[in-house]
Amino acid sequence: MANYSTNEFKGGLKVMLDGDPCSIVENELVKPGKGQAFNRVKLRNLMTGRVWERTFKSGDSLEAADVLELEMEYLYNDGDMWYFMKTDGSFEQYAVEKKALGDTEKWLKEQVPYTVTLWNDNVINVSPPNFIELEVTETDPGLKGDTAQGGSKPAVLSSGAVVKVPLFIEEGEVLKVDTRTGEYVSRA
Amino acid sequence: MATLIKAWPSSFLEKNTMSIDWRPTATIETLRDRARLLAEVRAFFARRGVLEVETPVLGHAGSTEVNLASLSVAATTPAGGERLWLQTSPEFHMKRLLAAGSGPIFQLARSVRDGEVGRRHNLEFTMLEWYRPGLELDALIEESAALVHAVLGRDPGPLRRRRYRALFREHLAIDPFTAPLGELRRRAGEVGGLDMADSDRDGCLDLLMSLEIEPHLGRSGLDVVVDYPASQAALARHHRDPEDGARVASRFELYLQGLELANGYDELTDAEEQAARFVADNAARQIAGLPEVNVDTRLLAALAHGMPEGSGVALGIDRLIQLALGKQSVAEVMAFATPRC
Repeated sequence: MANYSTNEFKGGLKVMLDGDPCSIVENELVKPGKGQAFNRVKLRNLMTGRVWERTFKSGDSLEAADVLELEMEYLYNDGDMWYFMKTDGSFEQYAVEKKALGDTEKWLKEQVPYTVTLWNDNVINVSPPNFIELEVTETDPGLKGDTAQGGSKPAVLSSGAVVKVPLFIEEGEVLKVDTRTGEYVSRA
Repeated sequence: MATLIKAWPSSFLEKNTMSIDWRPTATIETLRDRARLLAEVRAFFARRGVLEVETPVLGHAGSTEVNLASLSVAATTPAGGERLWLQTSPEFHMKRLLAAGSGPIFQLARSVRDGEVGRRHNLEFTMLEWYRPGLELDALIEESAALVHAVLGRDPGPLRRRRYRALFREHLAIDPFTAPLGELRRRAGEVGGLDMADSDRDGCLDLLMSLEIEPHLGRSGLDVVVDYPASQAALARHHRDPEDGARVASRFELYLQGLELANGYDELTDAEEQAARFVADNAARQIAGLPEVNVDTRLLAALAHGMPEGSGVALGIDRLIQLALGKQSVAEVMAFATPRC
């Protein structure tokens, strides 16, 4: 793979650090006027999601990481692995382990496109779309007349996620949910 | 961006220019404020009888300093094809004016330093540099603080003198002058999370200064760091540390809100000492695998002729304008910062 020098570091660049693929979040040049230059770099470890802060001597370089972000549809789960398919018309499928799926497991719905991160052709992360529409499979009966005012109750969605919803929501309704905050947005 | 275009059908323009970010990196309102603040600078020096000068951006010599990367261009001149250097600061030319009897001078000079781009840096930037023959360093510190006050349009708070050595003791509990190199490398490596095993003393000190000390400076007023290590003197004289007689640089740096604003010297006027530092710089460049830079023989000749004793300071006016206008980066106070130039 190619190498990237500190002056090429910019947000989104994928590089290898301590054996893990990372995405550069921020790169700041620190240099006393007449002194040596360093780059203060924030990187997100793509395996753990943790953000690292590291300093490099200006001009140092890191190996590029063979990381690709692709759109894939969720297909099914065979009890062991989760299967996704490329949306580019190739019908190419990828099996994903629970570890790579992480929290996204509770936002899975068939035929919805997810952002899948591949490192050396292995799936290391799956991100759900910011908003997703899911059906309520379980919640206490709705309260008639209470359409807006306060109060909320838990609702189990078809994907397994539990979100707080307004009291008027009934089982069987389809809701729009923000996957980043896990919050109810509206009826779909 | 520089695509060779043979024809410009309107469909091409429509398709290809939509996504091009052509707009300035500063708002027009900011540029108006910038112009007003630059007028403030000129008024400040007019009141004090300091002459505005303009010196070349291109020179036959560049800065030899190891940590400054000069760019050069191939120029056509009466001497034929020549390599000319984009000045990293107007220092050499201004000192030649001093030697020629200019008296006190200032300049808002476009300066270029290769590779320096970031939130606080831009490849080319405006240096406010001024020289005060006959003025002691302490008096120049006072004048620098007054200039900062005038441009900020408010009192930056009390001016505090902080000794380089005392700052390291306070923030890192080490003596930057006497700590063994091994300890400096270990501390710098820990702080930065990198291998400093092949770094020299100054490299380690620069890293510790940048990451552990600088962010705390200028938080409750203007902090002036003085008595730098002798090895970081650049074009400043040396003097003896009153504490233990160690040689220190007669140099100061001005900090406000964690930002390095200015660098001042009790100027070196000795041609021989200057020539020795140029040679040492180029030797260090060779060891570091950096290109050699033409030594400014005209500056040496001017010093040999005689440059009046005095002090001088270079202030990054873009940074000061950034602070005055409450912006987050120098790009926001420049018409077209490097990534969009």
